[in-house]
Amino acid sequence: MFSFHSIKDYQSTLLNGQTTCVEAVSYYLQQIEAQKHLNAFLEVFTEDALAQAARLDALQLSGKPLGKLHGVVVSIKDVICYKGHTVSAGSKILEGFTSVYNATAVEKLLAAGAIIIGRNNCDEFAMGSSNENSAFGPVLNALDNERVPGGSSGGSAVAVQAGLCMISLGSDTGGSVRQPADFCGIIGLKPGYGRISRYGLIAYASSFDQIGIFGTQVSDVALALEVIAGADDFDSTVSHQPIPAFSESLQNTSPKKYRIAYFKEALEHPSLDTEIANAIKTLITQLQSEGHTVEPVAFDLLDYIVPAYYILTTAEASSNLSRFDGIKYGYAAKDDFANLTDFYKKSRSAGFGKEVKRRIMLGTFVLSAGYYDAYFTKAQQVRRMLQETTKQVFGNYDVIIAPTVPSPAFKFGEKSNDPIEMFLADIYTVFANLVGIPGISIPLFKHSSGVPFGLQVMAAQDNEVTLLQLSDSLLQNKPL
Amino acid sequence: MEVNKTMVENLAHLSRLHFTDEEKNALEQDLQSIISFVEKLGEVDTTGVQPLQHMSTEVNVLRDDIVQGSITREEAMLNAPATDKTFFKVPKVIKK
Repeated sequence: MFSFHSIKDYQSTLLNGQTTCVEAVSYYLQQIEAQKHLNAFLEVFTEDALAQAARLDALQLSGKPLGKLHGVVVSIKDVICYKGHTVSAGSKILEGFTSVYNATAVEKLLAAGAIIIGRNNCDEFAMGSSNENSAFGPVLNALDNERVPGGSSGGSAVAVQAGLCMISLGSDTGGSVRQPADFCGIIGLKPGYGRISRYGLIAYASSFDQIGIFGTQVSDVALALEVIAGADDFDSTVSHQPIPAFSESLQNTSPKKYRIAYFKEALEHPSLDTEIANAIKTLITQLQSEGHTVEPVAFDLLDYIVPAYYILTTAEASSNLSRFDGIKYGYAAKDDFANLTDFYKKSRSAGFGKEVKRRIMLGTFVLSAGYYDAYFTKAQQVRRMLQETTKQVFGNYDVIIAPTVPSPAFKFGEKSNDPIEMFLADIYTVFANLVGIPGISIPLFKHSSGVPFGLQVMAAQDNEVTLLQLSDSLLQNKPL
Repeated sequence: MEVNKTMVENLAHLSRLHFTDEEKNALEQDLQSIISFVEKLGEVDTTGVQPLQHMSTEVNVLRDDIVQGSITREEAMLNAPATDKTFFKVPKVIKK
């Protein structure tokens, strides 16, 4: 019987002949079929995945060099292009759209020997925190089917949580990888802005979006990051900094004393669940007793980050989503339109779902003449202030720790009627996207309601190494 | 900021979206509550702060201008709802 622990262990069983890529893919295909009710996959690439696995098995037999992700079974969020396969952004407007090129991240995964087994359900255009906004139905949390898996990358999180693949890719604009990782009890990494090319990632808010990685081991996440990170001819926003050997950096680390900051206001926030606050306070005491510096840092802008986030992301979304015109691709109104403008309106209105339209409207408002400065420019100024504050904090500390989400996985329908309540649940995650730093959620805790929750760790821009090292040590419960 | 029906209709037009009267009423309320919520930013003193417009630390990313293909015409047309295989078809825009 096939079982998976880590990529490293799996690859050694491949090399010593205990298993094959075809066996691994067949196992996951069965698991996906058996867990169909979770709705984590919108499509399974059965034939392609098996064919790729057979090619990789043959490659190994031929004795040729194998890629870093040789045989690794990956699923991708339905916003990432895989040539010749459908990508729909969880939306009716793109139903049946076929990718005509590979996202750079996909290109790099395939070149490193990974197998893409399917595409994961998500909130429409990555807008949502519960996966209730998908046009193709919600994803269920595998630990408790009455609870949401989080969003927007809910399908990618559940695919890893329920053992339907080894690792998965999501995208994180305001927490869409870290928050579902928290709700599902797995690891979710959002690298720093510009670490991974977004070419072939369907855009939501371009100054926030990052591709992120889900896994059960920090070493697996580090290895995948190492493969998909780096400069790209097709995305000028990618950092040209050299890519550290992330996975190697986890080996043979000698214990060190970290300087850790936390925002006092974040732990005292009225929206924060008491158990979560207590778990983190206990961890702080424990880390202090182990000799680390763990100190509160004042952060008086906490209550402004969600408003700034929603102004800027909806503005960018209204602009990015203007490309959906029903002409070049996407849903097109059939008859019953008076002129071209009416055609656009009818096509877009029938194609987009409720939350997407609401955000386009808000974004159009903050960008419209007469309101631009008071809303959009103001939010950009607050963003600058947040970035300055962050630089100061990282001048004195290695990482910032915080809750990932103020409360654990909630039940379906519990929050979907109040947009503000849903927005406020993003309070701890949007910060990293506003300032462009890497963040990770690691599954350290369990709530009395039975569901897990995570700790969020954030590091300075380009410092994923420290983030991964510290996370690995915390998860393995070894002295840092 | 008070949101009213005229404003919702104007934003809908700018957004190239169409809403029923019922949807307009719901949007009016939603936008009102969301806009009131984000107006909290008004409390922050941002005097003299330069707006942050670019997140990337990369400046002037240039490459040599090499003539090369991207996707074929067939691929470009693949997802078009209406095409004659050479051009995208659009509703009539020129009046006689």
